[in-house]
Amino acid sequence: MFSYEFMRNAFAAGTIIAIICGIMGVFVIARNMSFLTHTLSEIGFSGAAFGIFAGWAPLNGMLLFTVVSSVIVGQLSARSERREAATSAISALFIGLGILFLSLANKNASYATSILFGSVIGISAADVRQMLWLSLLVLIVIFVIYRFLKFDSFDHTGARVKGLWTNSLSITFLVLLALSVSVAAQIVGSLLIFILLTLPAATAKYFAHTVSGMMILAVALALIGVWLGLVLSYVTNYPVSFFIAAIEAVCYFAALGWQKLQTAE
Amino acid sequence: MTTTPILKLDNLGVTFPNHPVFKDLNLTINHGDFLSIVGKNGVGKTTLMRTILHQLRPTHGQVTYLPDPNHVKIGYVPQFRNIDADYPLTIEDFVGLNLTGWKWPWLSRTERQAVREILKETGLEAIAKRPIGQASGGERQKAYLAQALVEAPNLLILDESTASLDPVTKTDLLDLVQELNQCLDLTVLFVTHDIPMARKYSTEYLMLTPRGAEQGPIAGLTQNKVWEGENV
Ligand SMILES: Nc1ncnc2c1ncn2[C@@H]1O[C@H](COP(=O)(O)OP(=O)(O)O)[C@@H](O)[C@H]1O
Ligand SMILES: [Mg+2]
Repeated sequence: MFSYEFMRNAFAAGTIIAIICGIMGVFVIARNMSFLTHTLSEIGFSGAAFGIFAGWAPLNGMLLFTVVSSVIVGQLSARSERREAATSAISALFIGLGILFLSLANKNASYATSILFGSVIGISAADVRQMLWLSLLVLIVIFVIYRFLKFDSFDHTGARVKGLWTNSLSITFLVLLALSVSVAAQIVGSLLIFILLTLPAATAKYFAHTVSGMMILAVALALIGVWLGLVLSYVTNYPVSFFIAAIEAVCYFAALGWQKLQTAE
Repeated sequence: MTTTPILKLDNLGVTFPNHPVFKDLNLTINHGDFLSIVGKNGVGKTTLMRTILHQLRPTHGQVTYLPDPNHVKIGYVPQFRNIDADYPLTIEDFVGLNLTGWKWPWLSRTERQAVREILKETGLEAIAKRPIGQASGGERQKAYLAQALVEAPNLLILDESTASLDPVTKTDLLDLVQELNQCLDLTVLFVTHDIPMARKYSTEYLMLTPRGAEQGPIAGLTQNKVWEGENV
């Protein structure tokens, strides 16, 4: 399996993605941003379609769209009651645009499928390098703002009382999320990216009770899903995103069941 | 005993777009004061606390920290906090969230020491590793208090922190606050509806009514006076 270059690239890319998603996911869950993450991935689809239409690499189109829109969403949803509706409207608009760009670009349907559902074979060594740099950027920023982000994510009231710049933190986090979505979409596809950004962290929450513990567990769960998914996909020739989605969902429901048992006792 | 002021309110007033909350509030709070703030719901107690924290800009007047802002460190236990049963962090981790002064992601040895100290003082040592979502109401309030205290403030604001507690837990918590007030000269602003508790623990009171504010040594605060103040 590893004698194929594309599989080596896919494993490298998958590993990077799992680490980023596990870490970011802990904050996504703590900040209740699963829905927004979903929207960002749809915006990512639109960006990738635009990239293809404009003759760029899809990743660059994604980066442009997700980063710009995350800043806009951050401004729009400073008031939380507006968030859901505004986010739905934005996501509808972007899915529509994505479909338009794809049809304008005149590419065949397999291109659309690989953007939406991800693909293992399309990843080059240059792609892996770009993903690595972007991920390092995300990790460095998280490292620098870690304490503030942690306080704001896990105790927003306390962070506000402390006078932390919670609005800037929120926008910074959205931009990081946009970068992560774009990176992660390379393998799992934009339709399913929110799986890796939410489920491993949501599962980890049931077992680990410190932020670092949740991060380690979420990364581990994401790694298991991605690696196992890649192997199964290689063996069976079924899409990798199916396996990742199935593995993460099973873990999540198992955790939920385990939790039920614990509280029932 | 000499009295040194820590906080001064001058002609303080806050008006929201649709209605005035309070106005012409003048008050000097000294180091070591234990001030109870009473008044019926909606009269503006939380608004006053947020103004003191500089979270709200006053419409009139000003809030001054004395001798200067660098010498006033506020710990605030807010009235509301959204922590549900699913909330994952342990009490220890939750308390440590407030330590934002150091740059590395992990806590330094002194910071871990500070967390341990405060957990011991608040009687949370035994349940430090329990997720806060699974803690009782009283334990949660203690954790909120511990979080506010972990950075060693010299002014502590309790906004109805004891409202939902049973009498024993309430006394427990306030005994602790009183001890810190007396031993470490911690200044306390205690927002409450509980007049007996206010009389038991505080040295001064401030009563907010729709007509205006009244203040003085705690002996002057009686239940009757509060009822009168509320029925205008
Ligand atoms: N941000 C705000 N905008 C407009 N009105 C507010 C705001 N915050 C509080 N109020 C109003 O100010 C009054 C005082 O509220 P509050 O200070 O919370 O009262 P208390 O804490 O004494 O119960 C209430 O009538 C409340 O509705
Ligand atoms: Mg209040």
